[in-house]
Amino acid sequence: MRKLLFESLIRPPLTERPPRASNAAVDELARALDGMARRKLGRSLSIRAVDAGSCNGCELEMHALNNAFYDIERFGFRFVASPRHADVLMVTGPVTKNMREALKRTSEATPNPKWVVALGDCAKDGGCFAGSYAVVGGVSDVVPVDLHIPGCPPSPIEILKGLIALLDGANGRAGASRS
Amino acid sequence: MPAFADLIEADRQVEHHAPWRRAVVAPKAWNLAVEQLAAGRWSLLGLWGEPDKVHMALLDEAQTIGVISMDCRGGRYPSVGQHHPPALRLERAAADLFGLAPQGLPDSRRWLDHGQWGVSHPLAARPGGPAAASSYRFLTAEGDGLHQIPVGPVHAGIIEPGHFRFTAGGETVVRLEERLGYVHKGIEGLMQGASINQAAKLAGRTSGDSTVAYSLAFAQAAEAALGVAPPPRAIWLRALMAELERLANHLGDIGAICNDAAFAIMHAHCGVLRERVLRAADAAFGHRLMRDRILPGGTASELNEAGADAIRSLVAEIRRRFPHLVELYDNTASLQDRTVATGRLKGELARQYAAGGYVGRASGRDFDARRDLAYAPYDQLTFDVPVLQEGDVNARVWIRVREVEQSLSLVEQILGRLPAGPTLVEVAAPEGPREGMAVVEGFRGDILAWLRIGEDGLTERCHLRDPSWFQWPLLEAAIEGNIVADFPLCNKSFNCSYSGHDL
Repeated sequence: MRKLLFESLIRPPLTERPPRASNAAVDELARALDGMARRKLGRSLSIRAVDAGSCNGCELEMHALNNAFYDIERFGFRFVASPRHADVLMVTGPVTKNMREALKRTSEATPNPKWVVALGDCAKDGGCFAGSYAVVGGVSDVVPVDLHIPGCPPSPIEILKGLIALLDGANGRAGASRS
Repeated sequence: MPAFADLIEADRQVEHHAPWRRAVVAPKAWNLAVEQLAAGRWSLLGLWGEPDKVHMALLDEAQTIGVISMDCRGGRYPSVGQHHPPALRLERAAADLFGLAPQGLPDSRRWLDHGQWGVSHPLAARPGGPAAASSYRFLTAEGDGLHQIPVGPVHAGIIEPGHFRFTAGGETVVRLEERLGYVHKGIEGLMQGASINQAAKLAGRTSGDSTVAYSLAFAQAAEAALGVAPPPRAIWLRALMAELERLANHLGDIGAICNDAAFAIMHAHCGVLRERVLRAADAAFGHRLMRDRILPGGTASELNEAGADAIRSLVAEIRRRFPHLVELYDNTASLQDRTVATGRLKGELARQYAAGGYVGRASGRDFDARRDLAYAPYDQLTFDVPVLQEGDVNARVWIRVREVEQSLSLVEQILGRLPAGPTLVEVAAPEGPREGMAVVEGFRGDILAWLRIGEDGLTERCHLRDPSWFQWPLLEAAIEGNIVADFPLCNKSFNCSYSGHDL
């Protein structure tokens, strides 16, 4: 193990330069933020992931955000274990009817102010699962959504771009960068 | 000792079912098959419904696959699960979806239907009114000082939803019962009447981590049904994608298992290797998970020289880094202390449930669809199938380690022998109804796809059986007698799919 640790010390870091905030996400978010939220949240956001019926593709890419290349924690994002610790709910999947109640309760358990990010194509409107007897058809049908990050699944960079826009917004920079 | 063929001769064989045979049988032959299953001579590969029909896929001792079907008069058929428990949840699922009533089924609780759909038996000829939402009766455990721990459906990590009900005596798990179905999307319902390409898209979204394996299983089944031979280059490219998918998942799992034993350095390093696989896949095929890259008739992507180079340097990188990680795993006593002898799955259970993948192979079940069914191009490739007997978390880690090594070799062999030529042929509509089937080795185990294409060329019925159907119940057995704190470790070493199971 010592050898591995030593090698890691002398090798250049794998972590890549941060991407710019997604313009589309900045636009979408600008309206969702207010001053009080900024004061309360400071510079970091805690994320609670909720799988509401995804195929687990989005979860894989969310996991990837924690690897050395993306290192999401350097931006102040942290995935947390309880909705009670969370500022952001990151919801995936077309919301199956069997998960509707659990999603609602998770959202209710998250203190205000909070944001809901719908991740992936099927989280927007059910995607290719829309119309099924077992599917509600989009996260916004169950809880209000502040930001949607498209993709099937969105790549870690795309998720990061959306989240950085969210953080900039929370810090009051979204408006500044727009004007 | 009967073979599957004996069962078929006696009854009516269905025309246009490929590549294996299907026969409509009378209850007597059905029960004879159930006897073979219960006696441990045959393995159950799947059980699924249709309106007023039930089908069962079997693997006999000569590794021959066959399907037997029964017309269910009044929606009834003799339960398989009463004699052969691996069929229990499959029968409960078919009951929820089609209203089929297995006679003698010892567990009549609903499985996928949580009373939320607004309809009951949604895939039956005549769906029923909404099922009442009722509380689920968990199985009991009795004894002094036992307490229950409910977990889920929303879990603490970035994982799929499901409910686990532990009954524990102190720290020791006395009973675990799973309650699944939360991510049931109705994929098989959506496939009915869908075009082949739309159904292929849905198949590729059954379990995101196995999107290549599912697309491959569906494509092979569709091609078998329609009598289409994909071009040789496509066959080899598909295997290349399948091995990359296996590499990515196994590397991710090895790290994640160690992480659940609080050994984060393995997780960090394996995470880097996994990311490199995904990036190479992106460079080679244009998508990190290689989603929608396999179609009935061939592949949607071509591999150019730059892509092949990306994969070659990936293999070199893993070959350089991975042995150090394996050595680290092997030499860290505190880590071994957590994984050795933890979550032991008995060999008899693995065989009874025909558990596929690392779950089966770590408990002595020597089956790999790539070798035993020898679908192309694996019939022309050289590889070993690692098998261990211990059945603990450690064995499941080692199976993955060995399979990473085998997959690296397979990737090299494939790149070295990739034939030239086109990658896609047109798939024409059939002249009449056609049925096809495939069993494909995903990273988690064998995936079964069965489908019937109607005269109009649309999907009439498609069934996809995830390996997790036969692994989830075994997790309940493996955790018994372990401490609650070791559950994440055991669970991760199984890494069953929720979405693939719930469908």
